Amino acid sequence: MADLITQAASERAQIGPGGLFVATLRRDLMLSLRRKSELVNPLIFFLMVITLFPLGVSPEPGFLAQLAPGALWVAALLATLLSMDSLFRTDFDDGSLEQLLLSPQPLFIVVLAKVLAHWMLSGLALTLVAPVIAVMLFLPAEGMPGLMLSLLIGTPTLSLVGAIGAALTVGLKRGGVLISLLVLPLYIPVLIFGTSAVQAAVTGLPLGGYLALLGALLALGLALAPLAIGAALRISVSG
Amino acid sequence: MADSKWMPRWFYQLASPRWCYQICGKLLPWFTVAALALLIGGTLWALIFAPADYQQGNSFRIIYLHVPSAILAQSCYMLMAVAGAIGLIWKMKVADMVAKACAPIGASLAVLALLTGAIWGKPTWGSWWVWDARLTSMLILFFLYLGVMALNSAIESESTAAQATAVLALVGLVNIPIIKYSVEWWNTLHQPATFKLTEKPAMPAEMWVPLLVMVIGFYAFFAVTLMMRLRNEILRRERRAGWVKELLLSK
Repeated sequence: MADLITQAASERAQIGPGGLFVATLRRDLMLSLRRKSELVNPLIFFLMVITLFPLGVSPEPGFLAQLAPGALWVAALLATLLSMDSLFRTDFDDGSLEQLLLSPQPLFIVVLAKVLAHWMLSGLALTLVAPVIAVMLFLPAEGMPGLMLSLLIGTPTLSLVGAIGAALTVGLKRGGVLISLLVLPLYIPVLIFGTSAVQAAVTGLPLGGYLALLGALLALGLALAPLAIGAALRISVSG
Repeated sequence: MADSKWMPRWFYQLASPRWCYQICGKLLPWFTVAALALLIGGTLWALIFAPADYQQGNSFRIIYLHVPSAILAQSCYMLMAVAGAIGLIWKMKVADMVAKACAPIGASLAVLALLTGAIWGKPTWGSWWVWDARLTSMLILFFLYLGVMALNSAIESESTAAQATAVLALVGLVNIPIIKYSVEWWNTLHQPATFKLTEKPAMPAEMWVPLLVMVIGFYAFFAVTLMMRLRNEILRRERRAGWVKELLLSK
């Protein structure tokens, strides 16, 4: 019996880290793509928040163009945050999260694949939609590359950090508001460098430095956040 | 318990709630006396004997409250994160309790630093609030404390709450320097830190010596409040233990 178990375990362990990563990524993408309404929700939210700025502040093009970098980044940040709560929720509810934690596979890779799947359907989608919405805020055309590049490098960090909050609150019935309280202060550096990159691009200054800083944050997040997410998931599931 | 040459015995005993309660009880009067003496002496020295600033006049005297509370708010976060890590790694109940006791104290010190900063800003910068880098990072530190407290109160099981809070505090600890420097590049008006480990302070000794006294006094005061909260927390969590019943019934 014991032999059988160890044999089965060694067979399961034969999926390499790469295979595990791809399998988790494919599973999460497929599950998300089957719930299409949840997919577009962050994008609609992004559009709606942006619509509020001209209505609430001023529809004057010159003013909006000045506001655009910050407004776009804040709206993208809030949209990412909004989609964060569902990251581990369904897996937690149907028990598959527990199975993932029990499996002999390294949690680091599983978590990284789940966050990547989440980012591809939130952060990446936001990055692709952002130029269209930026036009509505009269962001000058010179700012577009800065906007897209900074969102492309910055939003994965948002997903990684947000996933820590999602993992900490997954066991709670109403984690939604709490996630924002936990995660928003940690988003501030990304917001600062992201907005600065767009502003630099608009004024024609070099934006390599800001993108490098965003890249450094991403590298740090990739190395450390999965550890914190894994620890937080274990705590939430066992508690 | 194995006795070691290097650590006194009471150090190990701190890990047991019962002994920690008693050791804190013994230390408390000493720290209370030290805190009172340093704070009263420091305040009198700072408000009456220290010379007025040649530019800011007497309004600069608020730094004798502002700087210590700002320093303490940061050290308190450090202590909270380290205690949380100890609780997380070695599953030490007392460390969890220390981390929990730290959060409200640190949050109130951050509020004190923000308030005194605002009061000082009005005569000096002409407005109550300026989006200055160091004010903003103190505000963010306050938000981090709020997040820790909110998470702790949202989770019902006490050991789970302590572990989750510790993870959050550690994530915050990694982020604090990043937040600090990003905010500093973003905008700064504030004068640089008064005390640096590597340089002599820019102020004359008559000004910074009372400040140092106040800082040490604040640390002593912090120790007093921490031990009082810790003792309460120990009693609350160990309320079903025999020694707590004996202790309370004997009084």
